[in-house]
Amino acid sequence: MRLTLTVNGEPYDIDGVAGTESLLSVLRLRLGLSGAKNACEQGQCGSCSVHLDGVLVCACLVPAPQAHGRSVETVEGLAGEDGPHPVQEAFLACGAVQCGFCTPGMLKATEDLLRRCPDPGEAEIKDALAGNLCRCTGYRHILDAVRMAADRTRALEARP
Amino acid sequence: MTPYPPHTPHSSGSRRTPGAVGDSAPRPDGPLKVRGAFAYSSDLEARDMLWGTTLRSPHPRARILAVDTAEALALPGVRAVLTHRDVPGRNLHGAMVVDQPVLAVDTVRYEGEPVAVVAAEDPETARRAAELVRVAYEVLPPVTDAEAALAPDSPAVHADGNLLRHVPLRRGRAARGEPLTADVVVRGVYEVGMQDQAFLGPESGLAVPDPDGGVTLHVATQWLHVDHDQVVAALGLPREKVRLHLAGVGGAFGAREDLSMHAHACLLALRTGRPVKMCYTREESFVGHVHRHPAKMAYEHGATRDGRLVYVKASIVLDGGAYSSSSPAVAGTVATCSLGPYEVPDAEVDVRVVYTNNPPCGAMRGFGAVQACFGYESQMDRLARELGMDPVELRVRNAVAEGSAVANGQVLDHPAPVAELLRRVRDRPMPAPAPPEGAHLARTASRGESVVRGVGYAVGFKNVGFVEGFDDYSTARVRLECDGGQARAVVTSAAAEVGQGVVTVQAQIARTELGVEQVAVEFGDSSFGSAGPSSSSRQTYVTGGAVKAAAEAVRARVLARADRLLGRPGTATGLSGGAVTGAGGQVLCKLADVLGDEAVEETVEWHHRPTFPLDPHTGQGDSVFQFAFAAHRAVVDVDVELGLVRAVEIATAQDVGKAVNPQALLGQIHGGTVQGLGLALMEEIRVEGGLMQNPSFTDYLIPTVHDVPPMHVDVLELADPHAPYGVRGVGEPPNISSPAAVAAAVRDATGLDLPRIPLRPEDVAGLTGPAGSGGR
Amino acid sequence: MSRPAAMDFLLPDRLDEALHAMAAREGTVPVAGGTDVMVRLARGRERPPAAVDLTRIPGLARWERSAGRVRIGATVPYTRIAGELAGPLPGLAVAARTVGSRQIRNRGTVGGALGTASAGGDVHPVLLACDAEVELVSARGTRRVPVREFYTGPGRTVRAPDELVRAVLVPEAEGPQSYAKAGRRGALVVATCSFAVALRPSRGRVGTGIGAAADRPLPACEAERFVAGELAERRLWRSRGPLPDSVLTRFGELAAAAASPADDVRGSSAYRRHAVAVLARRALGWVWDDYRADRTAKEAACA
Repeated sequence: MRLTLTVNGEPYDIDGVAGTESLLSVLRLRLGLSGAKNACEQGQCGSCSVHLDGVLVCACLVPAPQAHGRSVETVEGLAGEDGPHPVQEAFLACGAVQCGFCTPGMLKATEDLLRRCPDPGEAEIKDALAGNLCRCTGYRHILDAVRMAADRTRALEARP
Repeated sequence: MTPYPPHTPHSSGSRRTPGAVGDSAPRPDGPLKVRGAFAYSSDLEARDMLWGTTLRSPHPRARILAVDTAEALALPGVRAVLTHRDVPGRNLHGAMVVDQPVLAVDTVRYEGEPVAVVAAEDPETARRAAELVRVAYEVLPPVTDAEAALAPDSPAVHADGNLLRHVPLRRGRAARGEPLTADVVVRGVYEVGMQDQAFLGPESGLAVPDPDGGVTLHVATQWLHVDHDQVVAALGLPREKVRLHLAGVGGAFGAREDLSMHAHACLLALRTGRPVKMCYTREESFVGHVHRHPAKMAYEHGATRDGRLVYVKASIVLDGGAYSSSSPAVAGTVATCSLGPYEVPDAEVDVRVVYTNNPPCGAMRGFGAVQACFGYESQMDRLARELGMDPVELRVRNAVAEGSAVANGQVLDHPAPVAELLRRVRDRPMPAPAPPEGAHLARTASRGESVVRGVGYAVGFKNVGFVEGFDDYSTARVRLECDGGQARAVVTSAAAEVGQGVVTVQAQIARTELGVEQVAVEFGDSSFGSAGPSSSSRQTYVTGGAVKAAAEAVRARVLARADRLLGRPGTATGLSGGAVTGAGGQVLCKLADVLGDEAVEETVEWHHRPTFPLDPHTGQGDSVFQFAFAAHRAVVDVDVELGLVRAVEIATAQDVGKAVNPQALLGQIHGGTVQGLGLALMEEIRVEGGLMQNPSFTDYLIPTVHDVPPMHVDVLELADPHAPYGVRGVGEPPNISSPAAVAAAVRDATGLDLPRIPLRPEDVAGLTGPAGSGGR
Repeated sequence: MSRPAAMDFLLPDRLDEALHAMAAREGTVPVAGGTDVMVRLARGRERPPAAVDLTRIPGLARWERSAGRVRIGATVPYTRIAGELAGPLPGLAVAARTVGSRQIRNRGTVGGALGTASAGGDVHPVLLACDAEVELVSARGTRRVPVREFYTGPGRTVRAPDELVRAVLVPEAEGPQSYAKAGRRGALVVATCSFAVALRPSRGRVGTGIGAAADRPLPACEAERFVAGELAERRLWRSRGPLPDSVLTRFGELAAAAASPADDVRGSSAYRRHAVAVLARRALGWVWDDYRADRTAKEAACA
């Protein structure tokens, strides 16, 4: 089928998409957007987290045709023209990146949390990130980074 | 957040270079990684690329009667189907013992063993073609029990028998053939299940045929050069026609020490003349790499009434699975670490690693020391109970220190602050009682009912780097050059960046030695000198040593050149802030003026001090160039009725020699501790009849953020005089003692023996009786 | 890219189109969140001839309250159930919160859970405990099936191949409800076993549901009868007096007796039977305590 969708604000038309394909496969293999990672094919690791019409999803579990006419945001769209997103900066500053394979999904899950909940407590952060596995960091620096990102985001928004 | 002693600024040199050794310098690959732009091996693409896939044995043991590829080849879009007949070189690989077929010939020895490989225009076609390869098997009963495999009448997994290596260790009275006796004796049999490294980035790579008839492979690995040797042999090509490049690595933890798709992708690329990408699924990844050895350990400890260890007897059997991988070295590590970091005058230990038709086992973070630690630390707790002694006090009383001998008879000639590490975790204030968790996420089973707090301690140790005479040197090239009037250094090595941060450390060392802020780190490919593997906690020590030595050589040449330029021999003594400095730290001239257009470059092959083999009869010998130590205290809350465990806090104390990058160091300690927590509580590949039962992230559980408690880390920096900057390997120690500490804490809460990890809820709830658990 | 195994993917925006598609080709698979279907497709072991997307049919993505029941459309995701229905359906909201992860809860639906009918699905025990009804629809018409008659075997239900789950109708809570789930990990885990209980004081009824402890979700009927009898005999509904430990324990034993658990990688049958008894005892204790204190479930922050 022919798939029309928007990714990070850019419109795309893709021909010949199979019904069995996932949104993740379309992003990675057809659009060359390899930021979302493929690590488990079961929605059990969160490495492929993206926003679909503003809803955080595992792209591996979204049938590509379902994204027809919809809007997708990936890690590649996080940074703005004026530089990195506060979440990206915080992950670097806190040492929350090691191998980095989980990082795109973690960043998207964190961004999603801060959209919903600008001043999250520990339980909310953990609930928000529980679907994103990390094998390197033991999560502590990631928790630090989420708190820092929340603080910075609120500080930015408080500016007149 | 985490209390952590502020690191002391680097003291040598007059002006400190930002990002030098001792700083939490940022990762150079960090910005790419947070943009999603870092190219992992699974992200690689090439024009006109084919997709490769692997047909694997569904049986743990079978004879291959026939393989018919005709139907697969006939499928439109299929470009090649290869079997062992298509392997032009040596159809065997193995990093230590060459015993594993590239593609199975007439026998398969484990579920998932590669039988054929396919290249096709797209992944789905490749997968379907693999299903169309007809393999006729004669299924044989698998050898699945490691102890039974040692019986003389067991079927042989390999022609030369099932015993892969036996490491005997005899000390003191045992070496003299005298009986081992003591006033107090405790015995126990302990088991560790099969853990998976579960890195997130699955095995993958891209092989590109070259015009010279050779091939270039971009692959995620821990050691390009040992892969290169094996791929060259399989392809039967001259070494220089096979080039391996490091692609982005999504975690390793030992699972990338052996070949996976390396040779297969190259074979397909050479056959089709087109680039071939192979990328394992998660399920395939579980069968596509080795695992941590399951271990069964029978221990007997003898002690005096006042708690001094007199002897240890141990018989340890490791299930090596179908092929050798790193098993011989793992068995050696188990033996060398089998007594723990304790003074034990007499010891009689036998470690056997055995071939079975279970999934092959090999390297995983901790490399045998993890299993041994669970055994000897469980025994120390049992002995403390028997003696009515505080478990930490018993450990402190027997702790090794600098000047002590460990199991292999080696006298520790560097700091070994075992007692201090134990005291530090013990003396931390206890965490407050946790509020009942109530209804959130998966933990809705208790509102505080039947929750009992437990506290457990463990201390562990392990060799850093390779042992028993193996020379795991590293090669580094350092160039100091002028770029637009600015001095900058370029470091090149083939050290694999797997997430641990060796790329950061190399830059920090160059900054420290050369006094320049701008440092680029380049990855050397297989044509560059070897850096040895990113394993065994060794890269900061060994590649760090090579970079330091190369940078020192560069500095010496630059200073000599400065002396000539200044016309005053001996005046230039240091490099700092992009300038040449004199004895008082004063700037003599700018580095740019000395360098001009002429870069200074040095390449050094750096060797750590030599190690020696273990005596084949007594297991004695100075086989190790450095030991590393860590201790844990785990505090848990256990729902003793449901057998569910929640970690409340884990405290770690570790001697790191020198904290080269304090933030990255903490990341290693957190991550290693949590992998140990996972082994204690949830991580196990279940194998029945040689068949893996849970090869997915739905049923192979690794800790989520919800499972991880606050972790307090206490870092000691007692310099090892033999090591560059005094560093001590840091990656593995936090993984070694955390499983034992968590298990001890659960025992403390439940009063059960719990001799097997991972602890299953049925064990913790006391439902499994003497075999699995048992009261005490 | 050429793909040999073509699977039509239909994107109807009207229910009748979807039903027509379901009737037209046997084996057509309805898809909403994809959390089950995509896992099966990714393994390549299942190649249905066609899939029908349900997410564009507006009527399926709504819930509404009427006549004392909440009618939840098949494609309402767990996130919304947890966030929007904690008031009228506290038990279902708690169960929805324990599903997978945020990403899964954003996609997974009660309709999907009923379609897949996995014995370990988190919402089934609550639907059983609440005496929910499943609304099935096909080109042939609409029917409602009590959820207690819905599950027929492992992954099997009374749903015909051409039928869709259109909605589930759940009576609004008139008393406390709870869902207790035992899993080996702190989050993102399939239940080793689970238990739901719902009090309906006006009918003197205690509804139950057991998860992951048999080949299908099932109620603990004996336990229900037992505790209803005890509550009536001791006049506890009216007095709101304490429930004796012996009653709680017996209730747990009867619940465990209703289970017929299997051994698998998630837990042994012995553990599951034991855990059902513990969860049932605790869950009943919680709702009874809540009933005595006249408490309702707390709303979750930032859900």
